[in-house]
Amino acid sequence: MNLEGKKVTLHDMSLRDGMHPQRHQLTTEQMIQVATALDAAGVPLIEVTHGDGLGGASVNYGFPAASDEDYLRAVVPKMNNAKVSALLIPGIGTVDHLRMAHDCGVHTIRVATHCTEADVSEQHIALGAKMEMDTVGFLMMAHMIPPEQLLEQAKLMQGYGANCIYITDSAGYMLPDHVTARVGHLRENLNADVEVGFHGHHNMHLGIANSLAALEAGAGRVDGSVAGMGAGAGNTPLEVFVAVLHRMGVETGIDMWRLMDVAEDIVYPLMTHKVRADRDSLTLGYAGVYSSFLLHAQRAAKKYGLKSTDILLELGRMKTVGGQEDMIEDVALDMKKAGAAE
Amino acid sequence: MTTKVKAAIIGSGNIGTDLLYKALRSEIIEPVWMVGIDPESEGLKRAKELGLKTTADGVKGMEPHIADDKVQIAWDATSAYVHESNNEIVKKHGVRMVDLTPAAIGPFCVPPVNLQDMVGRDEQNVNMVTCGGQATIPMVAAVSRVQAVEYGEIIATVSSKSAGPGTRKNIDEFTRTTARGVEVVGGAERGKAIIIINPAEPPLMMRDTIHCLTKDAPKQEEIIESAQQMIAEVQKYVPGYTLKNGPVFDGNRVSFYMVVEGLGDFLPKYAGNLDIMTAAGLRTAELIAEEIQRAEAA
Repeated sequence: MNLEGKKVTLHDMSLRDGMHPQRHQLTTEQMIQVATALDAAGVPLIEVTHGDGLGGASVNYGFPAASDEDYLRAVVPKMNNAKVSALLIPGIGTVDHLRMAHDCGVHTIRVATHCTEADVSEQHIALGAKMEMDTVGFLMMAHMIPPEQLLEQAKLMQGYGANCIYITDSAGYMLPDHVTARVGHLRENLNADVEVGFHGHHNMHLGIANSLAALEAGAGRVDGSVAGMGAGAGNTPLEVFVAVLHRMGVETGIDMWRLMDVAEDIVYPLMTHKVRADRDSLTLGYAGVYSSFLLHAQRAAKKYGLKSTDILLELGRMKTVGGQEDMIEDVALDMKKAGAAE
Repeated sequence: MTTKVKAAIIGSGNIGTDLLYKALRSEIIEPVWMVGIDPESEGLKRAKELGLKTTADGVKGMEPHIADDKVQIAWDATSAYVHESNNEIVKKHGVRMVDLTPAAIGPFCVPPVNLQDMVGRDEQNVNMVTCGGQATIPMVAAVSRVQAVEYGEIIATVSSKSAGPGTRKNIDEFTRTTARGVEVVGGAERGKAIIIINPAEPPLMMRDTIHCLTKDAPKQEEIIESAQQMIAEVQKYVPGYTLKNGPVFDGNRVSFYMVVEGLGDFLPKYAGNLDIMTAAGLRTAELIAEEIQRAEAA
């Protein structure tokens, strides 16, 4: 693979996707510490919110240590060069949250929908574009439909005003060929001034390979997470990806050595959950299940005396999508009843 | 026998068409008009076949006939964005409005909780919150009538096929209006609403999860009894409203996992979200019709 001379914008997820393994308990001080260190290492874009995006604070997903607004007002003013992004999942957050984020100085708004439901993002993408934000459409669980259908959904988001569309492998299920086909098809058919992005999960340890495939197929933005801190087995570990890219002659603008220090000296020590491809995370990737279900399923398994892999597999069979955390306790109760009946 | 009160359905999408079938079975209401904006819409075609007058020119197309056809009640099943202008038109002609959009310009009505509060108030416009609100607010109320609920949260999951373009364009209005209904009608101090659209095939039944955080330790037996009574009330008009799991008591959390199976009038049975909305809208309109009949008899 020859990527020599390519340019890519890398986007760090540790302070948003990384909120999942931390049960949304990162403090504003920790957010500031990590974000300023990433900024100093030259990471251009850093996502900060509840793991489930703006407005995610809930019984269903977990109440965070601080509000989205507190996090954003703490982090944004501390940035020298890096820009801050926020995630918004329509159905959870609303345009009110978007306006708040904009007021906090958020530069990039990423509006996320399940990959077949892009038409719920019209209000939010249109407002982001109108406020002249960097406006991204984020198609989650993109392994579930073929490239042609993804393109239809991507075109809807493009039509609402998004300037970048993401293929999001929320389950860490995709193999490199899946990424190549999806990113390539969008790149060929979307407007030339609309970027294509890729967001990976490391559940099958393919975060790096898939991100390289995305770059080769024309992605201009790729997500990763310092120390890999993200849902499931985490996101593409950013410092590893940067090291690989530098060996391949790809320009990232990031100081790899400083980024390695952020991972080693700041992020690994603060982790409360070991983010790794353990039995459950590997199951997520293998069966194509939404990565953020991990800790919820483990808690339900413990409470009801079940195997967490069994719960995750059942959620996969039910074709659950992102945000359906409420089904986890329900499934566990069903399994417990079925077990008692046997 | 008194004659039925004449009514118009504004909106020929999923909700309007499902409502049509239910309204045709009413003892005291007769649907006479169906208003749409697309002459090719399935809803308008069916309404025409069933003997209703139809127009594809919006409420303006019906307006000249409101008085002659004695339309006294209208349901609006369009979208929050056009509800206000629809309401203005019918209001001029003294028509009472049952609003099935999340516009919420009138007071909320969730029949098993506060239908009786509407009696004698002569409200021109009554709002039905949202489908998710109709499916969940009764359970929040079932807890809050036992003890104080500091926080109520609902998650409504509907199948892609049952979420029409109106719902999709109105998704923020859905979450906002439902959350407010959880507070105002459900009785929670703070409310939160989440909606998920799931494209699985075959389509999944409407699912609703209700989490209440009580101020003090939950009074388990009283809550269970109150919930059973409330579910029986809802089942009077939506027989497929079922508690699948729970209530789960976990500290101060009380959780209910509901399934809503529809009657399959327009969309198949998975679309319980349509039924719970249209059945509630019909029940509310019937109360208004009874009042109109009483006033005319007097």
